[in-house]
Amino acid sequence: MNNQQQHQKTMERVQQGLDRRYRKERHFRWLGLGAIILGLLFVSFLFITIISNGYTAFQQTYVKLDVFYDPEMIAPIGETDPEVLSRANYGGLIKASMRQMFPEVTNRREKKVLYGLISTGASYELRNAVMSNPALIGSKAEVWVVADDDVDMLIKGHIDLRLPESDRRIKDNQLGWIHLLQEQDRIEKRFNTTFFTAGDSREPELSGIKGAIAGSFFTLLICLTIAFPVGVAAAVYLEEFAPKNRWTDLIEVNINNLAAVPSIVFGLLGLAVFINFFGLPRSVPLVGGLVLALMTLPTIIIASRAALKSVPPSIREAALGIGASPMQTITHHVLPLALPGMLTGTIIGMAQALGETAPLLMIGMVAFIVDVPGSVMDPSAVLPVQIYLWADSPERAFVERTSAAIMVLLAFLISMNLLAVWLRKKFERRW
Amino acid sequence: MHTSTLIILLLGLMSLAYYFGRKRSLSIVGGKIRDLHSLPSYYGLQTAMWCGIPALILLSLWISFEETVVTGIVVESLPQELQSLPPERLDLVLNDVRNLSKGDIVSSTVDQTMQQAADHYSSLMDISHMALFVVALSVAILAGLWARRTITREQRARNRVEKAINFFLLSSSTLAIFTTIGIVLSVLFESMRFFQQIPVTEFLFGLEWSPQTAIRPDQVGSSGVFGSVPLFAGTMLITLIAMIVAVPIGLMSAIYMAEYAGKRFRTLAKPVLEVLAGIPTVVYGFFAALTVAPFFRDMGTNIGLTVSSESALAAGVVMGIMIIPFVSSLSDDVINAVPQAMRDGAYGLGATRSETIRNVIIPAALPGIVGGVLLAVSRAIGETMIVVMAAGLSANLSANPLEAVTTVTVQIVTLLVGDQEFDSAKTLAAFALALVLFVITLALNMIALHIVRKYREQYE
Repeated sequence: MNNQQQHQKTMERVQQGLDRRYRKERHFRWLGLGAIILGLLFVSFLFITIISNGYTAFQQTYVKLDVFYDPEMIAPIGETDPEVLSRANYGGLIKASMRQMFPEVTNRREKKVLYGLISTGASYELRNAVMSNPALIGSKAEVWVVADDDVDMLIKGHIDLRLPESDRRIKDNQLGWIHLLQEQDRIEKRFNTTFFTAGDSREPELSGIKGAIAGSFFTLLICLTIAFPVGVAAAVYLEEFAPKNRWTDLIEVNINNLAAVPSIVFGLLGLAVFINFFGLPRSVPLVGGLVLALMTLPTIIIASRAALKSVPPSIREAALGIGASPMQTITHHVLPLALPGMLTGTIIGMAQALGETAPLLMIGMVAFIVDVPGSVMDPSAVLPVQIYLWADSPERAFVERTSAAIMVLLAFLISMNLLAVWLRKKFERRW
Repeated sequence: MHTSTLIILLLGLMSLAYYFGRKRSLSIVGGKIRDLHSLPSYYGLQTAMWCGIPALILLSLWISFEETVVTGIVVESLPQELQSLPPERLDLVLNDVRNLSKGDIVSSTVDQTMQQAADHYSSLMDISHMALFVVALSVAILAGLWARRTITREQRARNRVEKAINFFLLSSSTLAIFTTIGIVLSVLFESMRFFQQIPVTEFLFGLEWSPQTAIRPDQVGSSGVFGSVPLFAGTMLITLIAMIVAVPIGLMSAIYMAEYAGKRFRTLAKPVLEVLAGIPTVVYGFFAALTVAPFFRDMGTNIGLTVSSESALAAGVVMGIMIIPFVSSLSDDVINAVPQAMRDGAYGLGATRSETIRNVIIPAALPGIVGGVLLAVSRAIGETMIVVMAAGLSANLSANPLEAVTTVTVQIVTLLVGDQEFDSAKTLAAFALALVLFVITLALNMIALHIVRKYREQYE
């Protein structure tokens, strides 16, 4: 009886608390779900910001001009000497065409503003056209030329017209001219090829990422040719040959610690060793690649060791059993089986290296470089550094270009990671 | 570019050597492989190694000493008054000579002697390149021929080749050690020079940081005070904010993923969260500077607070977002390492899931989680791009997250980007900061890895 009562009491107590406990359970669960949703929100918010800021950069505003290839300003008809043709005053042709369109503009200062609607790069377009076809001289043609970045921003709706005139980059008289041009269908947005074919420039409308992409390519090339063989060799040694002693323990601890050293410290190492001690030039992909190779080495070693570990010992025993030497066992049997895992790790390491900025700032890869690099010894920027440089520029047009460059960088990174996932899925073996 | 041609030529020679070495070994035994000590391919490899490796070593030595030797000869031939210049002036002259010989822009006016020196320099360089070509190729050919000649049927080619490969493997694995030594030495060396000018105590305990050193003694606005406390305080403030964001979100999402989420939800949500880990930090920096900082500033103005546009809050929050996947994947690992038997025991006693998690799993996993958080802290301290783009530049000893503070990494970048002279305290200060940064992150990592390892052993 007493026991029964006791029992009931316990059950009652449990029942009483149950509601509260279930409520707590639900709250805890929601908290967890909330954390994940918050994380997902951050991802989507980040991507939405970047894409909404950047997608317009893939288009560029062009203006149609009626250009008269005036023989007086270029060269007499029939002249083909490239020396003469390249030195002619093509800017003058554009100015003449603008004057003709807006004859009412006579004031010197206003004229200057008017010419500013067209990018300074437009004269190079005309020069290239004439130099590839000298027969143009003396003829009239309709030419689409790149508009200035301020015009571009206006057309894309990035300039707030409610602001007072003094706060705007586009003044009221310019607005009037642009409306006139628009009414004559002389303004058009086209795909922005410059962005993919040009190097850096101070003028947003003339700047592109080709130089940065080439620089990134050369840097990664150096990084890969050093980090992959050395990383795989180190992993093979540590996993397959190394005796278990203090020395190999030290190496192991070392690799784990190197993986967590701040990347900027690797930059200082590069500055002190490669540039100051070995006297290699600054800003070149060779040094960048070396620094990034040292940085990605731990990642590759750790991934390669995991891949080697996953090859079952029976493979090794079988090979040794039929008389293969240890080295033959590794090179003929273990390595081919571990290679997909090693490649996956290497691709992930390369993706890391591609997005790395801080160590490259230390070795001078932040210089303003217009030319597209042609080798590992040419000064160059890399894609993330280009993003950093553009993010620092005050022009509104660089904001969208920065975002667009980020989109390109992320596209590269995502495809590299997908490649790694695909490799893992395709070659993954369960023993 | 001629070096790469030479390397390609050498690689070509090596494959030729492989072919001839292999053929030679077969012809020695008349095609009966079983009479050879090793497989024919090993004789080929051995020949190729002899052909390539000495020449490649020679090549790298030559390239590293070429410049010094040629410059030395050019200095010898310079007129006496140029030779007797102080070393740094002489360096300038030599730089001009080099640029002149490449056809680049030179700083001083070009006169007769300069032009002569430049011509001398480029002719010497040409001679050196030609000599390298001839010497390297003949070394390769001679060594290859010699190796081919010495092939006998008893020669232990496999053992030799394997020994060479083993040497390569061993030296690769020691590169990690050399990298660490390189980091320590390079940072330590410059820091020592810094501490010769600025006392250690001033650096470690000084409350004011203003690294502008005077070029002229009477210059205004250049105090040159190197007290690093404000920098470390700023770093800690931003790290703290980052942790306040990252630890709860990362931990809770790891718990949900491990204990509640269904398989389909996990396969969908986990990779998306991991995207955060793959985004380059420069992108986060841009995001922080362009979106988050103005957002906080406007929000602050709306509720009547003055928030700096480079507030520690914005940088810290964005850094926290960056670290979420780091915390969550490390916690995920340790939570999954808690044995199922402990969960089953708790469920058997009637505990709800959240009670099991709170009272059993988290206490059991705590050391691992702490280790993970320490690793995350060390990452936040060393993180550079976010703070360079979103945090302030001027040292400000403040605990207010709405103000602008600066961090150690920001100062390293600002001190070292641009032109540097390696004897000014300003440049060397960056190395001293890096030394402290390296020591702190190293200690944190050591502790964290030790805790995680101890914890793993406990349940294995």
